[in-house]
Amino acid sequence: MSHKNIKTISDPKLKLEILSKDDVRKIHEATLHIIENVGIRFPSKRALQIWADVGADVNHEKKIVKVKPYLIEDALKQAPPAYTLGARDPQQNLSLDGNHVHLGTDGCGVEIIDIHTGVKRTTELQDVRDIAQVADATEEVAFHWVPVSAQDTPVEARGLHELKAVWENSTKHVQTESIYNVDEAKASMEMAILLAGSKEELRKRPVLSLMQCTAPPLGHDGGSLDAALIAAEHGVPTGFMTMTACMTTGPATMAGTLAVGNAEVIAATALLQLAYPGAPVFYAAAQTASDPRLGAYTGGGPEDFLFGAATNVLADYYNIPLSMGSFATGAKEPNWQAGLEGSLSTFMASVVMSDMLLGCGFLHGSRIWSYAEMMMDCEIFSIIEKMMHGIEVNAETLAMDAIAAVGPGGHFLAQKHTRNHMRELFMPQFLDRRPYSKWEETGEDARSWAINKARKILKEHQPDPLDEIISKEFERIIKSVEKS
Amino acid sequence: MSEEIEKLFKDMAQSIIDGDSDISVELAQKSIEMGIPPLDAITKGFVVGVNYIGDQFGAGEAFLPELVMAGEAMKAAVAVLEPELIKLGEAREIMGRVVLATVEGDIHEIGKTLVGTMLSASGFEVTDLGVDQSADKIIGKALEINANLIGLSALLTTTMVRQRELIEELDKENLRPRIQVMVGGAPITRDWATKIKADGTSEDAVGAVALAKQLVGKS
Repeated sequence: MSHKNIKTISDPKLKLEILSKDDVRKIHEATLHIIENVGIRFPSKRALQIWADVGADVNHEKKIVKVKPYLIEDALKQAPPAYTLGARDPQQNLSLDGNHVHLGTDGCGVEIIDIHTGVKRTTELQDVRDIAQVADATEEVAFHWVPVSAQDTPVEARGLHELKAVWENSTKHVQTESIYNVDEAKASMEMAILLAGSKEELRKRPVLSLMQCTAPPLGHDGGSLDAALIAAEHGVPTGFMTMTACMTTGPATMAGTLAVGNAEVIAATALLQLAYPGAPVFYAAAQTASDPRLGAYTGGGPEDFLFGAATNVLADYYNIPLSMGSFATGAKEPNWQAGLEGSLSTFMASVVMSDMLLGCGFLHGSRIWSYAEMMMDCEIFSIIEKMMHGIEVNAETLAMDAIAAVGPGGHFLAQKHTRNHMRELFMPQFLDRRPYSKWEETGEDARSWAINKARKILKEHQPDPLDEIISKEFERIIKSVEKS
Repeated sequence: MSEEIEKLFKDMAQSIIDGDSDISVELAQKSIEMGIPPLDAITKGFVVGVNYIGDQFGAGEAFLPELVMAGEAMKAAVAVLEPELIKLGEAREIMGRVVLATVEGDIHEIGKTLVGTMLSASGFEVTDLGVDQSADKIIGKALEINANLIGLSALLTTTMVRQRELIEELDKENLRPRIQVMVGGAPITRDWATKIKADGTSEDAVGAVALAKQLVGKS
């Protein structure tokens, strides 16, 4: 599949075995044990009714459901293993087939380092537009999350304002994490139907997907469940994301935390399959370890990196795509920590071929958006994409003729073979390889280049405009949800 | 002080440091049987352990779970001693009364619960109303127990606004500064707290205790 101006990882040559088959079986069995004996909280009337109808043990007062393993396993078998995420521009559709890793932006932040002033401030609707526009131009970003909260819009329709802002400023797929109640979910489906052309077209080419956060440990949010059911009804891909953290919302041990998060995700995924068999679903996760001293959740650190790789093994076991948190960092500015955490988390999630990666652009535990960070994260993704191709070994790449021609002590700069292959080498945008004196003279570094690139894109890039009639209709739908 | 009592106080402190509620409860009961004044058991025994763990935490030596377990063990011991205090017509000196809740429409509670544990370990009387609580209910409870502080948690950018609504409600009723409001939660920034005229915010539970002490004038 061709992706217009989208760089995606495919045909990987690197491999990693992080969990053995036996490990996965143990985690799966522990998960089923949790669901059957400890239970999962489903604080939604509709969800509890669905569970009661299939004969699960439902405690209506506590809203806790205990389910026999066969019910979960049979339901999960209904989920499609592969499907395509639609985009406003069909050339940017994304295949979730296990052979692609697509990068998305992260969400949903509340502050932003202003692109012009460099000062941190509260996020607004215009920021959602601007980030979408920059992401639209960036080949590493394949799809959007709602990156920051449009805090200057009414809360009851905020998720819709954000959706409209992204769609108006980019032709790429939108996966929103910011629609989590019935009214907005229904309205967002209306918007997606408009954009796709019809209900049937939306099913074939879902231009929208929904991500719902679980409420760990072992719980869900009622609004999220209801919104997910509405999406599933429309064939709009839906995933439940666990953000279980060792020591606070999960056990201190990684295996236990995997099992807790897995129980949340597969129980809710099974619920969608029971209600709408065959609905496209995905696994989503961003587990991490809380800071042992402070208990803080920021993402990053070695446990985070291991979870990044392990979760795809679980998603593969259930044969559904994965949307995996990566690039999470506790760094307060684009620095050593941000680079370290972004690189290792994204490498580990990529090497196992997680279908979707979230997401570039954030600092301080997904709270503060930075355009410089976004651009540098994109470069990290590009480096990993290059690495995933591995090393090609054949007669041409062994370069015997060139080696013979140069002989001991010469150089390869003037060889035809070099000219033929030099552009296969990685060309960095932000890695500093200049002479020391140049750095000293200019005072520039990766951060200044990155922010300049973002500024240039924001000034020059014109996203393909959205049909004005559709925009007007979006406005009407949003108005209908807003309280007068 | 007899050696036996001295040892008991030491063991009490140690039970808090070890975060062992079973032992702290056992020692509290033992102190009652021995006729030790309950206030002494608290201030000369258990509180010594709480302070030690607090210092260790401040120095980066103790981990958060140790702090939480110490808090739980303290709470359990105080629960045993409190009825004795009441019988004697005495009262433990409390730092202040706090009502905690997660705002309406929001079910996230781990941070708020943690703040509650830390506050009660630090000598505050904490009433935790739980999640998804309306402003009316929270204010009603605060008035009922004569609280000095309301601690208000929100995790969602769409439920944050409920914090503002509660503060506006308090101001309409002229209830501040009699009742002051601390706000918290992952999306809560200092700017937000200022904007909605909250009395303060903290990014973590330890900071929340310091803030609460400051607000009640006991820092």
